[in-house]
Amino acid sequence: MAIQKFLSGNEAIAEAVKLAKPAVIAVYPITPQTTVVEKLADFVANGELKTEFINVESEHSALSALMGASAMGVRTFTATSSQGLLYMSECLHYAAGGRFPIVMMNANRAVALPWNIFGDQRDSLSQLESGWIQLYAENAQEAFDLTLSSFAIAENHAVALPVMLNVDGFALTHTYEPLNIISQEDADKILPPFKPFFEMNLEKPLSLGFSAGPRDNTAFKQHQINGMKAAAKLINEKFGDLVDAYKLENAKYAIITLGSISGLVRDVIDELQSDGVKVGLLRLRSLRPFPEEELRSALANFKTVGVLEKNLSVGAENAVAKEIKSALYGLENAPQVLAFSGGLGGRDISANEIKDIISKIIGGEK
Amino acid sequence: MSKNFNLNGDFPPNNPAGEKVGGTVGDFGKKSPTKVGYNKDKEPFVGHKACAGCGGTIAVRLALKALGERVFVTVPAGCMSAVGFLYPQMAFTVNSIISTFAGTASMLTGIRAAANAKGLKDVFVVGFAGDGGTADIGIQALSGAIERGDKIIYICYDNEAYMNTGIQRSSATPFGASTTTSPAGSVIGGNRLGKKDMFSIVAAHNIPYAATASIAYPHDYIKKVKKAAATDGPSYIHILAPCPTGWGSENNQTVNLARLAVETGLWQLKEFAGGEVKITHKPKELKSIEEYLRLQKRFRHLNAADVDRVKESIG
Repeated sequence: MAIQKFLSGNEAIAEAVKLAKPAVIAVYPITPQTTVVEKLADFVANGELKTEFINVESEHSALSALMGASAMGVRTFTATSSQGLLYMSECLHYAAGGRFPIVMMNANRAVALPWNIFGDQRDSLSQLESGWIQLYAENAQEAFDLTLSSFAIAENHAVALPVMLNVDGFALTHTYEPLNIISQEDADKILPPFKPFFEMNLEKPLSLGFSAGPRDNTAFKQHQINGMKAAAKLINEKFGDLVDAYKLENAKYAIITLGSISGLVRDVIDELQSDGVKVGLLRLRSLRPFPEEELRSALANFKTVGVLEKNLSVGAENAVAKEIKSALYGLENAPQVLAFSGGLGGRDISANEIKDIISKIIGGEK
Repeated sequence: MSKNFNLNGDFPPNNPAGEKVGGTVGDFGKKSPTKVGYNKDKEPFVGHKACAGCGGTIAVRLALKALGERVFVTVPAGCMSAVGFLYPQMAFTVNSIISTFAGTASMLTGIRAAANAKGLKDVFVVGFAGDGGTADIGIQALSGAIERGDKIIYICYDNEAYMNTGIQRSSATPFGASTTTSPAGSVIGGNRLGKKDMFSIVAAHNIPYAATASIAYPHDYIKKVKKAAATDGPSYIHILAPCPTGWGSENNQTVNLARLAVETGLWQLKEFAGGEVKITHKPKELKSIEEYLRLQKRFRHLNAADVDRVKESIG
């Protein structure tokens, strides 16, 4: 049984975390993540959520604390954004290499300099190589659903990797939608109690976080690759696919994007398709694991695709566009891939601008 | 991926090479390195690769002997992790984990929180970090953990420089000491700055229990470890642990130097509890510091004025 609630994206995530019942939550505030951790603090203060709620002194400490807790075999959650995510960078690699199934919400936000608190995706995209699973929500309902899914994915024994759930700052974190909030009973079916893959305990002591020299180091990275492959399989089978195709069936051109802008792109595509324009949308729900096979099969016969990301690679093609190009490389008649940056520092992307991008895609020029 | 790598299924991995683990005690070799068996007759920290005469390993071993089996150990990047966790040879026979360099205290916080969540009673959550990991990069996390009142034991083994990376100056390096980043040159004679007073910094948090110690006074140290273990809240012990490699001393002088530091008054054994500082060992009369300095290459360049300044630092 689900009940309807009118919630912001951040509140939706907090509701889902409450249903997931992590044993340890570490929090450090940063705009626009704050209302997630404030809501969780309210739940704890009012007895609605029983957890070890730690106010840590930095984002680096938030993940360090959760790695310690995760090593003890309990479910863990934190949330961050932008500068906080970058401050965690060392711990991101550490948590993935240590195979700690931590779930973290990241409110996508621009990174300084210049200072800017508004939404874009430069923070998480700069951390693609940290080894975390990276999921991107389109709306608050998906953010709610993916929060529960993230725990189930991270904690799967074949996966055993941390998950970063990315939600566009302000566009999703602070806007309100009517949402279906499932019952605790249904949540427990999606997410059974945590059974750790490994844990430090008194009966069988473990040494964790160890060094591995040149002989063994690569083997551990291969383990991580295997975990990521298992995540791809699991997401495709149980959690709604790595990609979300919209009106691609009869299209020759596609716009590829991620996050909240997809909603507006859908509207534009509806309008253009009714005028006979053969353009569709492919939304990336996951960047790690990267949906290479899905892209190759979905876009095999396309003429041109354009990648719109709230990101900018200075001195190179944008990160997501580059990866799409790489995924399509070697296909017979591989589509041309055009790169578009938009929404930097929260700058609005209008329907007309999306139309402009689509006309450039159809025109096959940058 | 080359097939030359030994991939044994699950993580944490089994010992791929079937190599003997640990060096000297019991049946380590028969066990998986990451799932070492526990036996109270065995050493808690054994077969590690520390330098001969290492003071830090003495500080770790004595504390773990005092704390017993029900313990969760965190060590940050540094000497103790470098010598104790090189896969597949794990030197700790109790639960142990390497934290990030800056994250010792916050990882301890998380372990304690999880222990509380699991309802574990009578377990000790203890960290061993060097002076760089404590007084420099880890001080923010340490301050946070103390301020929150987390029930953790934080032990700083102070060898007065970044020894693991090759003897670079830390904020706990004493005045005059030559290190690779504060070398004794023809113009500047070693470290010109004084040693950061971690004991007072920690005490200023109004921590329930803090102490200084020296590896040359094991009874005093163990007593303090037990007091820390009995503390309902955070506790901190700062133990002087000479490093022959970094101090330029003979391997067999480690304990002697740790004793001389106390006997000369350069290092005081004290504790802080209930808002009061108490001296726990008072030398009857202070020895002259010259012998202490003479035994260490790092002080060999000091001129008379520098030696006077070292003398003045004695409180």
